[in-house]
Amino acid sequence: MSSIWTITKRELAGYFYSPVAYVFLVIFLLMTGAFTFLIGQFMDSNQASLRPFFQWHPWLYLFLVPAVGMRLWSEERRLGTMELLLTMPISLWHCIVGKFIASWLFLTLALALTFPIWITVNYLGDPDNNVIFASYIGSFFLAGAYLSVTSMTSAFTRNQVISFILSVVICLFLVLCGFPPVTDVVETVAPRWIVEFTAAFSVMPNIEQFNNGQIDSRSVIYFLSVIGFPLFTTSVIIKGLRA
Amino acid sequence: MIKVENLSKEFGAKVAVDDVSFTVERGEILGFLGPNGAGKSTTMRMITGYIPPTAGVARVGNHDVIENPIEAKRLIGYLPESAPLYTDMTVEGFLGFCAEVRGISGADKAKAIDRAMEMCFLGQVRHQSVDTLSKGYRHRTCFAQSIIHDPDILVMDEPTDGLDPNQKHEMRMLIRRMGQSKAIIFSTHILEEVEAACTRAIIIDQGKVVANGTPDELKNKSELAGSYIVSLNNSEAAAVRDKLNTIVQAAKVTVINDKAPIITVRVFPKSKDSNGELGRAIFETASQNSWEISEIKKDEGRLDDVFREITLSETKN
Repeated sequence: MSSIWTITKRELAGYFYSPVAYVFLVIFLLMTGAFTFLIGQFMDSNQASLRPFFQWHPWLYLFLVPAVGMRLWSEERRLGTMELLLTMPISLWHCIVGKFIASWLFLTLALALTFPIWITVNYLGDPDNNVIFASYIGSFFLAGAYLSVTSMTSAFTRNQVISFILSVVICLFLVLCGFPPVTDVVETVAPRWIVEFTAAFSVMPNIEQFNNGQIDSRSVIYFLSVIGFPLFTTSVIIKGLRA
Repeated sequence: MIKVENLSKEFGAKVAVDDVSFTVERGEILGFLGPNGAGKSTTMRMITGYIPPTAGVARVGNHDVIENPIEAKRLIGYLPESAPLYTDMTVEGFLGFCAEVRGISGADKAKAIDRAMEMCFLGQVRHQSVDTLSKGYRHRTCFAQSIIHDPDILVMDEPTDGLDPNQKHEMRMLIRRMGQSKAIIFSTHILEEVEAACTRAIIIDQGKVVANGTPDELKNKSELAGSYIVSLNNSEAAAVRDKLNTIVQAAKVTVINDKAPIITVRVFPKSKDSNGELGRAIFETASQNSWEISEIKKDEGRLDDVFREITLSETKN
């Protein structure tokens, strides 16, 4: 267990060795703010609710999360340090989980830094803080799910840009396959059961549960599986690279 | 300490390592020689558990690298070919990380870092970021990583690559010093290095072990080993060659240089263990003919000749 933490510490510190972490945090906060106030019309809605803030997260994270995770393994492959890491007396699984947790913690930090908006909405009105709490939990899981996909795509390639693009595409699929404007159109050409089947893989209905203030065990299990499966695939890819 | 049994590795249709077996005991320094692409790095990667073998077993201190990877890896210090490093860390931070991954923490960690830095002369760059280091320092930092836990076994892939002549010398001295108490394998294609540092050498070509012995044994395989190079003042090359050809122990004589005033010939022995008889016979012949010897020298054979003979003939087959 301590080896996971060692990996996590190094990886997390890695974000802060360069200005990238600070640039990312600023962009993250600007983007979430801009979407909430300018596009989400937070003020005009006249409601003490953070829905205008959270409803954009599945879309914003499409770009922000792969940007954080794209280097996880591709950088390791590019520098050749993967050979060093995997000949250390630790299991591959510890490395994968350790790195994943580091990026997840970093995203959690970014998410936590949005607290002023929570203070604002509490100052202006009387929101349901249980709903806000559930929404934060949902957003946390959503980031983990996208990040896990990015971990997988970054193991594919030593090129961070390719890893980023692949991850955006896969995450976009996870969003769109359950996004009503898209499923409505697809339903006109494909059998209903196919649409319903693929929609079951989507993050949208599950994140909606959290945004409605419900921490539903099914949605939690959904996110844990969306996190677990790509991480497992990451280990398969890395083992395949060496065979 | 290291026991490699019938190790093979195939990448698709290409056979990179083909049925390689050898052992390395404590106190031995094994030089791993071979042309580029011969399978040196692949073999080392299988020993260190980075890639799994297609067939065969690599045992490290009685642990099968595939079945007990963690225990096996604990015993090994490994310097990969390109000396990879996390470029965003400081030298101290990097070594600290490697120590922690290996389960060394607290005061032991500080001690381990100091010791490794001292051995690799890294004190000056302790707090410097890795990406600002020169190649020599990077190499030494990665080497320091491999000895941070004072391992029983060291596997080094071209440890002197990219170092300047002084650093190369230092590195060889370091390897020799550590070789007294550890089992060491290092690969190189610099042959003088093998003579300077190894107790035993293996030549590998196209994935197969083609020679295995002490550097002296290998040199003895050279065609030139045991031959005498004779330089004479004021003599005629053809006449000298004919006279020397009459010596019983001599197999043949070739002229290396027939330009006056000093001519040089090489006398090949019939059998390599001539116990200096050939040399004595050459002296006798010279005094009988009142030749003026300016130099006479026994050729020990050169490792690079042997290397070329073995690896080129293999390629032809």
